[in-house]
Amino acid sequence: MSANVVIGDILLAIGAFFYFLGGLGILRMPDVYNRLQAGTKATTLGTFSTVLGVGIAKPEFLLKTLIIIAFVALTNPVGSSVLARASYLSGIKPCDCTKVDEYKGGGEE
Amino acid sequence: MSVFITSLVIWLLLTNFSYSELLAGVIVSIFVALIFRKYHAIRFDWKFLVRFAYYTVVYLPVFIVEMVKANLDVAARVLNPKLPLNPGFVQVKTQLKGDAAKLFLANSITLTPGTLSMDAKGEKLFIHWIDVKTIEDKEKYISKRFERILKGVFE
Amino acid sequence: MIVLFFTLIGIGVILAFIRVIIGPTSPDRVAALDTMNVMLTGLIVVLAYVFNRSIYLDIALVYALLSFLETIVISRYLEGRK
Repeated sequence: MSANVVIGDILLAIGAFFYFLGGLGILRMPDVYNRLQAGTKATTLGTFSTVLGVGIAKPEFLLKTLIIIAFVALTNPVGSSVLARASYLSGIKPCDCTKVDEYKGGGEE
Repeated sequence: MSVFITSLVIWLLLTNFSYSELLAGVIVSIFVALIFRKYHAIRFDWKFLVRFAYYTVVYLPVFIVEMVKANLDVAARVLNPKLPLNPGFVQVKTQLKGDAAKLFLANSITLTPGTLSMDAKGEKLFIHWIDVKTIEDKEKYISKRFERILKGVFE
Repeated sequence: MIVLFFTLIGIGVILAFIRVIIGPTSPDRVAALDTMNVMLTGLIVVLAYVFNRSIYLDIALVYALLSFLETIVISRYLEGRK
């Protein structure tokens, strides 16, 4: 085993652990907005770590894995933002523990 | 024209280099550029590329450190049996003008600790914050760090 | 070692899929589905590493593209429905 394979395996393990945390967060959080928070953050870092680990362990894959990382980093937050906005506008109530709401009525003045 | 160059570069990154591939890439890129000509979404010149490369070096470490912090925060919340949550919707003001700058700011906000950007109307950004600390001076917690750097890139 | 990665990612996918099944509202389901799609993208990349085939990376890229489009389209639909 050479050094880059070891580093790649460590990154893969971290990424897999964050994937697991993302799934757990999706299951445990009380309402859709908190679920999106946990899911998006954990899976984005999980993808960074996993895919970069594969790219380091196999240097001939590195270019394409960097493209996949850039793509996921650009699109995943956009998708979750659109979904949060859509669920607010379609009338999903946030959970009872929500303190302040400055977005009432879709942000219209 | 810039659409043509961008799609050609992406094509070359995705395929192995050979002359037939290059020819096919040129043809496809011309079609894409013709279709998307009326949107003019991507505009850049050389000065912008140089600034972009410089600030990528500055921006990326800040971003990665924030993202790791965000994930440790989420991990602590998820693994805690009591689920410590204190969520709320807040709005913050931003001084950034361009659409691309706002997109990057919103993405950075989403990936930093406890915040998820929802909507942008004019100069206001609406954010779901998982742990509301204060309702005044929210910009200090949420967007200040990135706004300075992104201002340098896009303006 | 590889088995450990597959176990962890598999448990994550299963937890997200439980949320897809029991989720009380449709945005819950879509959020869980989005999370699951990103996980599956990572899983395809790990498969490319295990089987040593670079074509799997293209599959992962196209899968990420399609899942992003799916999330956007369903969100627009939910937003318009009220």
